[in-house]
Amino acid sequence: MTSISSASPALTGNDPKNRLFGPLPDVSAEAGYVEEHPKRVGFFTDTSVCIGCKACEVACKEWNTLPMDDSHGTRDVIGLSGMSYDNTGQLGANSWRHVAFIEQTRVVDLPMPAVGLPGALNRPEMPAPDSGDLDSTAKAQASVLNAEALSEFDPQTAQTGADKQIRWLMSSDVCKHCTHAGCLDACPTGALFRTEFGTVVVQQDICNGCGYCVPSCPYGVIDQRKDDGRVFKCTMCYDRLTDGLMPACATACPTQSIQFGDLDELQERADARLATLQSQGVETARLYGRDENDGVGGNGAFFLLLDEPEVYGLPPDPIVPARDLPAMWKAAATGAAMIVGVAVSAVLGSRRR
Amino acid sequence: MTSGIATPGAGWRKADGAAAQKNQKRRRRGNGRRGRNAEMAMVDEAEFTSYYGRPIIKAPVWKTPDVPLYLFLGGAAGTSSILAALADASARPSLSRVGRFVAGGGAIASVGFLVHDLGRPERFLHMLRVMKPTSALSVGTYILSPFSAAAGATAAVELLGWFPRLKRFGGAVSALFGGPMATYTAVLLANTAVPSWNHFHTKLPFVFAGSAMAAGGGLCMIFTPVDEAGPARKMAVAGAAVELGVVHQIESDESIVSEPYHLGRAGRFMQAAKTCTAAGAGLTVVAGRTRLGAVASGTLLAAGSLLTRFGVFDAGMASARDPKYTVIPQRERMAARDREHASTITR
Ligand code: SF4
Ligand code: SF4
Ligand code: SF4
Repeated sequence: MTSISSASPALTGNDPKNRLFGPLPDVSAEAGYVEEHPKRVGFFTDTSVCIGCKACEVACKEWNTLPMDDSHGTRDVIGLSGMSYDNTGQLGANSWRHVAFIEQTRVVDLPMPAVGLPGALNRPEMPAPDSGDLDSTAKAQASVLNAEALSEFDPQTAQTGADKQIRWLMSSDVCKHCTHAGCLDACPTGALFRTEFGTVVVQQDICNGCGYCVPSCPYGVIDQRKDDGRVFKCTMCYDRLTDGLMPACATACPTQSIQFGDLDELQERADARLATLQSQGVETARLYGRDENDGVGGNGAFFLLLDEPEVYGLPPDPIVPARDLPAMWKAAATGAAMIVGVAVSAVLGSRRR
Repeated sequence: MTSGIATPGAGWRKADGAAAQKNQKRRRRGNGRRGRNAEMAMVDEAEFTSYYGRPIIKAPVWKTPDVPLYLFLGGAAGTSSILAALADASARPSLSRVGRFVAGGGAIASVGFLVHDLGRPERFLHMLRVMKPTSALSVGTYILSPFSAAAGATAAVELLGWFPRLKRFGGAVSALFGGPMATYTAVLLANTAVPSWNHFHTKLPFVFAGSAMAAGGGLCMIFTPVDEAGPARKMAVAGAAVELGVVHQIESDESIVSEPYHLGRAGRFMQAAKTCTAAGAGLTVVAGRTRLGAVASGTLLAAGSLLTRFGVFDAGMASARDPKYTVIPQRERMAARDREHASTITR
């Protein structure tokens, strides 16, 4: 099983239109919308400029009147999680944006004060700790025209020179509004549906709280409100979209870390941003959910990350469960036939009547 | 996408790495009480990162006795209905009668458990608004509804002794849906992101088929006079063999997602299930033709089936709660893909 790649051709024979798996150029049309439907919209969350202010979290809570909970989703409880500045903890029924905080260190060669007797042999070879040098670097960088000095600036840490040993990763996570959404595939009531904007939304008057969507999301986004019974998740502010407004979280974001727009345009912008960062030497930058050949056909809400996805609590290679659905139904049908076969031969093989 | 990066993480490490690791170890030790298992879990530790040890996917919100009981009853009812219809056709009135009662009772009770498990039980009928082949629960609704209606009605007329022809028809309809009723629940579990269910998506239907035959055959053996119960015994033993065989395949799979079937509560359930099923099958062969033997072995087989459902359910829940079962298999898959890719380039 592990040897089968997520781009397994196993299904392509049965699924020529990629209805279960694979790239899908027009999700809304596939869901049955007529030709003139709006373009697919989405989020490009650029975590390299996120400052962890949580304005998005608050805006979402306010706009959608989400109840308060602690980092484990318990209602009406205040609790410190012990996870850096993150007391939201996870995406869930009551948190549709979640800002992750990760503190990281790395070993760097700082000029160390010399050890040993004064005047020892190695003394002259060691460069003296020279704070004056760093000061002049910073001064040179204050001039935006000094390109040579600016290239010393590390956009990952906002620090210059040798002192780059600490960095913060902050990322505002959200429902991915997948091209092939596990939650949508699973819903037996039709409560979850694909909107004309290509997003995925729960109709609260239909959901009967069967909970099947919850384990079917490969990202662990959607969850049930225990006291209510129904499930809740980001709607990409469907109400605002239909009124021509930008989603609340993107509107509140002060650094444009959350960018809202037509998906194709965001993808271009993200590719350009990635190229810029890589040319600045940020070798760990990568796009997540941008690739429409991935296991969910690409995300409507995708990310620029500065480390491996699992560091942020994201699955490194998610796959929509329905990819293997034909194989599952085939096995179930074979199993059912086996039961009938065994029963028939058991009856025929027993003489006593 | 990540494959182009020469140095993953570029030397960055979680700032309080040591403390976080200590926490994780303590947690693990609690999980896998037995010495060997604890070691096994600890070896894997270094190979994955997570966000403060938080799970990546959400564990199912299904309630615990409800859903495993639903799986068990649905299976037992499905196979009993087939047995009942065939017994009716081959003039075994007692076996047919018992089979119909087990099928009808199991079907009605399983509907009860299913509805009770909904967050909004009063909206049960919303399931019938749409029909979605991508949703095992939707397909299952259209299996469960006719099955439970037919099996329930058949059992009722059997009890009252009315309309013999209608009874035969109802029995045939329920038998038609009996097989799918017993195996669709495996797709229900496998068609999720839960690692220890999804990975075994072609095996679980056979576990459930075997387990359902053992349970249905076992329950029919208990209540049927031994000289008519031959088919029930045969089906039960065959089912037990299938169940034990496929469960063994799952448990000895080299992937890390088979680990939850050995650890903690799920591991104890699976162990007890194997013991009951094997003992029940053995006892059926040796003493199934005596009243006492039939009751004892039938009970063991049904208990084994029930424990298997609890074990499979718990193993899935455990695999959803620990991020390593999500991250490590996905990392392995990516590495395999990269290797594949590299080999096509050099060729
Ligand atoms: S991220 Fe999860 S909840 Fe959001 S659309 Fe995808 S499968 Fe559904
Ligand atoms: S809980 Fe609600 S939204 Fe989720 S699958 Fe069930 S009916 Fe659909
Ligand atoms: S799009 Fe709207 S619902 Fe979704 S996270 Fe942003 S504010 Fe919340």
